[in-house]
Amino acid sequence: MRRLFAVPPLVMLAMLVLAAVVGVCLFGDALSPHSPTAQNLRLRLRPPSWLGGPEGYLLGTDRIGRDIVARLVMATRISVAVALAGTLIGAVIGTAIGFVAAHLRGWAEEAIMMLVDVQASLPFILIALTLLAFFGNSITLFVVLMGLNGWENYARLARGVVLSAASQPYAKAVKALGASPLRLYLRHLLPNVAGVLIVQFTLNFPQTILLETGLSFLGLGIQPPLTSLGQLLGEGRDFLLNAWWIAVFPGIVIVLTTLSISLIGDWLRDVMDPTLRDGGRS
Amino acid sequence: MNLRFLGMKAFRTALTLWLVVTFVFVVLRTSGDPLVSLLPADSEPEVIAYYRTLWGLDRPLPVQYLRYMAAVFQGDFGISLRDTRPVIDLVTERVPATALLGLTALALALMVGVPLGILAAVRRNTLLDRLTMAFAVLGFAIPNFFLGILMILTFSLTLRWLPSSGTGTPWHLIMPACTLGLATAGALARFTRSSMLEVLRRPYMRTAQAKGVAPGGRILRHALPNAAIPVVTVLGFSLGGLIGGAIVTETVFAWPGVGRLLVSAVAARDLAVVQGLVLLIAATMVIANLVVDLLYGLLDPRIRVASVDA
Repeated sequence: MRRLFAVPPLVMLAMLVLAAVVGVCLFGDALSPHSPTAQNLRLRLRPPSWLGGPEGYLLGTDRIGRDIVARLVMATRISVAVALAGTLIGAVIGTAIGFVAAHLRGWAEEAIMMLVDVQASLPFILIALTLLAFFGNSITLFVVLMGLNGWENYARLARGVVLSAASQPYAKAVKALGASPLRLYLRHLLPNVAGVLIVQFTLNFPQTILLETGLSFLGLGIQPPLTSLGQLLGEGRDFLLNAWWIAVFPGIVIVLTTLSISLIGDWLRDVMDPTLRDGGRS
Repeated sequence: MNLRFLGMKAFRTALTLWLVVTFVFVVLRTSGDPLVSLLPADSEPEVIAYYRTLWGLDRPLPVQYLRYMAAVFQGDFGISLRDTRPVIDLVTERVPATALLGLTALALALMVGVPLGILAAVRRNTLLDRLTMAFAVLGFAIPNFFLGILMILTFSLTLRWLPSSGTGTPWHLIMPACTLGLATAGALARFTRSSMLEVLRRPYMRTAQAKGVAPGGRILRHALPNAAIPVVTVLGFSLGGLIGGAIVTETVFAWPGVGRLLVSAVAARDLAVVQGLVLLIAATMVIANLVVDLLYGLLDPRIRVASVDA
């Protein structure tokens, strides 16, 4: 258990970055005096204030003179919220499906695991693009799509863990005491598999952010007047030549967020699973 | 090779393909009238009548389903909304560009990722090892649309070394291929490293050392073939990443491949093109996965035995 508290410096840094991202989401309004939608046509495409841009615009302005800092705060909030909602939906649905598969066994389990394999063998962006094309874009469909991304990982994990846990004496005892299957799964098995699922969550979350920002970048995800980090980047692409800051700062926020969560996730996985500890002393 | 292993893999592949076709069929039916979705609005009545019969839209749903499958497996995906040409023609003329980009990216990833992974494992815990791992993590965390934009900003707009978009010369290929290959290179480096570390501590490596095999020979002839087995699996996983990445990368660099066609078709809701591309890309992926699986079984006899038992 001592290892749990020996946090490597890089992971420490990642935690600080993640805390900063959360801070921006919660208290971001304090970072800029401007509204993310306030236009100032006399201050279009101006560089960051420390590069000779106008006072009060720390990271410059976009094509209609909106403050980049304020835009970034709004975009970060939406990107994080969409990814969080999506990852949660995926985790809940996937875990439930995994439990059902482990409970039913037989052909139902086979069918579920086959679906898991199919989804795992195709790039999810293909499925997402199909649904967006046929049903048209809406924020609801988009969040559901984010949730569909990655459910198969939870299903596979939950099923595996339940199958091995169900043969443990405590599960048999609970069953013998007459607990309903639902109670067995939710009260007794879920807490025991929570660790594995949380690690999966930290691995899945960055992927969901990348999917959301990628689709929004292509103009197929979050639509104006809403904005996301990917949508901002996509907007900035048209102004690379004379206003690089519009595209670069959202990109940096994406990288910092996904990188820090991945690092924390990798570390958590190593801490929780001794067999994965890459033979540090051999 | 074991016949049962082959048969099982082929069955899985066929099953996946069938599920994908069924998925597209269901989406097509639940989102509206297929004739409106898949044909241009100003289509000739004869064309509409032709497709009505071809897809059996006047028949019961199960018949429609079978007709649809038959049409799809013959390469008939409908007609593009935007330039009123058969989808299959539009797609096939875009395939070479994507194949060129994807294969170059894959070659690049192999040439960078595998040697880096080997070096990192051999020179474990040195600066080189740390840098390789940092590269691998970064390769995963940088979305390729951002990487592409950073490259355009640096090499096209600032240094003016490379063209920012389009195709034609080998120079045009450099940035898209690097953008697309980076994540795969990182994943390969990471897996090669851990796989090599696993192999390097095996007793037969010590035996080789005791026999007096030179370090280079030990690494390349004794360790690498065994370490390569898990790396092939990563290659299988990477195919999906490469195809997903190509969709974005081609758009960033205006590369005239199937990925860019798909994005523009989704944006314009050119549904015939979307369904054709999705089916063809999925089929390519599934078959590529089958090849990787078979390769894997060929490399490691234990796998094909184990998966038959499973």
